[in-house]
This record gives sequence, C-alpha cells and structure tokens, in this order.
Amino acid sequence: MKSASDIARDVQSGTSSAASELDVALAQIRARNGELNIFLYVDEEGAQRTAAALDERIQRGEQIGPLAGVPVALKDNLCQTGIPTTCSSKILEGWRPPYNATVIDRLLVAGAVPVGKTNLDEFAMGSSTENSAFGPTLNPLDTSRVPGGSSGGSAAAVAADMTPLALGSDTGGSIRQPAALCGLVGVKPTYGLVSRYGLIAFASSLDQIGPLTKNVRDAALLLEVIAGHDPLDSTSLPEPAPSLSSHVNDGVAGKRVGLVRELIDGADADVMASVERAADALREAGATIVELSVPEFRLGLSAYYLIAPAEASSNLARFDGVRYGLRVNGDDVTSMMEATRTAGFGEEVKRRIMLGTYALSAGYFDAYYGQALKVRTLTINAFARAYHQADFLLGATTPSVAFAFGAKTSDPMAMYLSDVFTIPSNLAGEPAISVPFGTGDAGLPVGVQLLGPGRSEALLFAGARVLEIADGRS
Amino acid sequence: MSEPLRREDVAHVAKLARLILSEDELNRFTQQLSQVLEHAHDMNSLDLANLVATAHPFGLVNVVRDDVTRPSLDHDVVIAMAPDAQDGRFAVPRILGEAP
Repeated sequence: MKSASDIARDVQSGTSSAASELDVALAQIRARNGELNIFLYVDEEGAQRTAAALDERIQRGEQIGPLAGVPVALKDNLCQTGIPTTCSSKILEGWRPPYNATVIDRLLVAGAVPVGKTNLDEFAMGSSTENSAFGPTLNPLDTSRVPGGSSGGSAAAVAADMTPLALGSDTGGSIRQPAALCGLVGVKPTYGLVSRYGLIAFASSLDQIGPLTKNVRDAALLLEVIAGHDPLDSTSLPEPAPSLSSHVNDGVAGKRVGLVRELIDGADADVMASVERAADALREAGATIVELSVPEFRLGLSAYYLIAPAEASSNLARFDGVRYGLRVNGDDVTSMMEATRTAGFGEEVKRRIMLGTYALSAGYFDAYYGQALKVRTLTINAFARAYHQADFLLGATTPSVAFAFGAKTSDPMAMYLSDVFTIPSNLAGEPAISVPFGTGDAGLPVGVQLLGPGRSEALLFAGARVLEIADGRS
Repeated sequence: MSEPLRREDVAHVAKLARLILSEDELNRFTQQLSQVLEHAHDMNSLDLANLVATAHPFGLVNVVRDDVTRPSLDHDVVIAMAPDAQDGRFAVPRILGEAP
C-alpha cells in the first residue's frame, strides 16, 4: 500500500486524485470488512464528497495541506458531526454527535479524508477488542488471533491495507499494544500535546489520541497535523505543534539509550530477543546502551487499575438515559437510570465502574485511590531518575505476540497484564512509541517500545526510524 | 486495606454506581474485583508518607477563558438527541414522592 506521504504528494501534483485514492481504500474495505469486522460504520458518501471537493480545489491550483487526499480511519470514540459514534457500546448505539473532535477538524484542514469509524473494546476498556458490543475484530495477519486493543479496529484497518493512517486513543497502552500485535508504528504522545476535545473520556488524566501507521514518517506527519494547543481542551499544552517529520532522519549517534530490565522481564523469549536485537541496532547506529533497573515500573499496573477505573466511574456517570443514547424505562428516575445502565454497559465496563466506585468510596479512598496517586508520583520520579542516565528508554511493548481469541477473556487480571509495559508512560504523561522489530512465534510481528521524557517525540521518532531501517523496512 | 472484599460490599457499590447485578454477576465480580485489589496490595509495603499525590501529570492549574460569550450547540439539535423531551426540556420519569 502507498504511504500517506506518497499519496499526499501524488494527489497534490495531480498524478493521482483524492477520489481515486479513496476508491482504493473503499474497495479494500468492501473486500475484507465483512470477514474482519474492522469498521463499525463506513461513511462512503461523506468521504466521496470530501474527496471530490479536494480534487476541485487542486484543479483550481490550490495548495492543500500535508495529508491531501489521504484516507484516514477513526476510532469510534472520536466524535464526528452526524456520523454514528458508539464507543462500541449499546448505550450509545445510533447516537450521532453534533460536533467534531478537534483532531477531526485538523485532519480536514490538512486535506485528509475520514472514511469511517473503527471497532474498539467498549469505551476503550480492554486489550483485544473482544469487549466490543458489536463483536471482536480479527487480526488481519492471523485471523485466529486478536488485533490487540483497545484501538484494535484502527490497527487492523491499517494492517489490512484499508487506510494508510488511523487514529486511536491510548489510556494504558491502547495504541501501542495493538500496533505491536499488528506490526505497526503506534504513538502515545506527551499528555496535552493532542487535544482531547471530542474524544469520549475514559480516564481523563491518562487519555491521549495518537497515530497508527505502517511507517515512522507517516506517524510523524499525522502527529504534526493533530498536535498543538486547543482552547477547547483545558489540559492542552499552551504551545503550537512541534516540528516532527523534519527530525525523523536525525539518527541516534551519541544518544544514551536505557535498556530497562522491568520493561523486558516477564516477556516471552521471542519478544525479549527482539528487544535485545533492537538494542544492538541502536548501538550500531552510534548510540550507547545503558542497562537500567527501574523497580517502580512494577507498581504501575496496580496504580493504573485503581486510577483509570476511578476516573472512568466518574466519566461514565453521564450515561444515564437523560440527554442522549439509550433509555430503558422505569417507574421513577432512579430505576430508569439503573435499567438503562444495566442494559447498556457490557461486563468489562461494569467491572471497571464497580472497581472505580469502590476505590473512591468512603473508607477506602485513602487506602486505594490516594495510595495509587502517590505511586503515580513515584513513577514520575523514577522516570526522571532514569533520564539522568539515558536520553530515552527501550523495552518491550507487550509481553507476547498476538494471542488467540478467548485466551484471556475469563481472567481479567491476565488481560490487564497485557498493559504492564505500556502503563508507566501514561501515568507519567510522557510519550512512547511502539515500532515493529523482527518476528516472533508463528511469524508474528514483535513491537519494541521507545519511551522518552515529556515533549521528546522528535527524539523517539528518530530512534524508531533507525530501528525501522535496521529491520529492513526502509 | 487487608480485609477481603465481601459480596455485600459489591452489592453496595453496584447500588452507588446505578447498576443491577444478577446473583451470578455478584459472585463473579466479588471474586474478580478481590483479585485486582489483592494485586494492589503490593503498594502497601511502600512508605509513601512523604510523597505528594499526582492527580495530573504536569500539575494542572486552573485554565480560564476570556469572559465573552461564544456560540454553543444549538438548543434544538441537543434536545432532538434526547430519549424524551417536553417543551424544549429533557423529560424523565418522576423524581420525587408518589406517582400522582
């Protein structure tokens, strides 16, 4: 499949058109979506109108933005005006938002063509898309396995060559983990770099929107487009989008890379071997490898599975059958709300609402939520200490390659452990990238993770690009 | 923090969260949530007394906008999304006391 940057160049120069690039995407979606269950909604007509308008402007000699005519898939927790937005939940089935998420407005300004909404674990809670109310998405590389989650549909859309770009959201690894399982580049940006306006909230202090792409250059291009201050998100960093694509080929000569024991221990042998070879590749490119131990990272999982459910229990209180979405009738307002939420939410969402409500309830607040917030401080301090010795860190993205359907559905704790290496960056609000490096068991891709301090995306893209070249994917 | 999660705790939390759980779900959630809380006990051994809690990665401060009116969502559009509405307002079943 053509890269996003090639499509944009060809569409702008007139050697291709937005309409014909869209046709390629739609043909592939028609051919494979029935089998793989990637898109919950395909906006064929809307996308065709957007593409036709772009082609007209180009014919008039206008310069379109950096994503001219590039089809993009959107995770279905991003609000798009008039387009069904479900969060893969029955409680929002049929709802059409009256406004665009800021990232969608920015995509449109850059000339991108949104083609539809992709499947996810309900309200982004999960690591396999098996928690979707509309059925799981299949991994295009091996349909007996999960694509990861929660942005499994967005990852699968790119892996199945339906679109060159997709947006996901990452609260504890929900972009990086599916990227690893589908052989893609996935980026969790610095907290506040990308506006969350119009992203349906799961855990507001952890959520970030980011790119899923086939290559590093496209990821940098997409992140540049969606990043930058937005007055509609009060947690948005007060600065313009950084220049990222121009740094992709900066290399890593002279950089110190921290190989972190806690981001490898517990991973399968094939994953560990890939991380070690990635360290070798960075060393060959002129970096120094420093072996580090950051024991605090081991506590991240415990803190995360109290903080994220606590925030979720509060955020999801808004789904009460009053203003939008599902309503199941009851005799009085309380029984209506209970009936609506009981029918509308799936089991994992209920489990997390319960966990969060418990962690925030009288008598337990200090012991659980309060303690978890202090562990969050501990994690931030631990990262800072590591960055005295290293410019960025290296580890595995996930403990294993893509796993089989049903392997972890009956044991929530086993599923939660899928996020053990990705969670620390969310707790610290710092950026991390998963980049494919080598193959593991059954010939499936392995993702390695680069983690950096706040606002170090350019450095991480340069490191990821070195690995991409070393892995033979120039 | 060391006491185990009891079935009646889970039932109480479900009530707070406005969820109705079946007997089966109640049993399953009690066991599964206990497991997650058990895992969280690894935080117990730490001395965190001197640490400040982080609710936000970069120490969120109040962000205020200029005090000027801006366009908001159209009233009719918003009301049209509601499951039930009356006279331009959201309508819900009775809130207080006995039915008339």
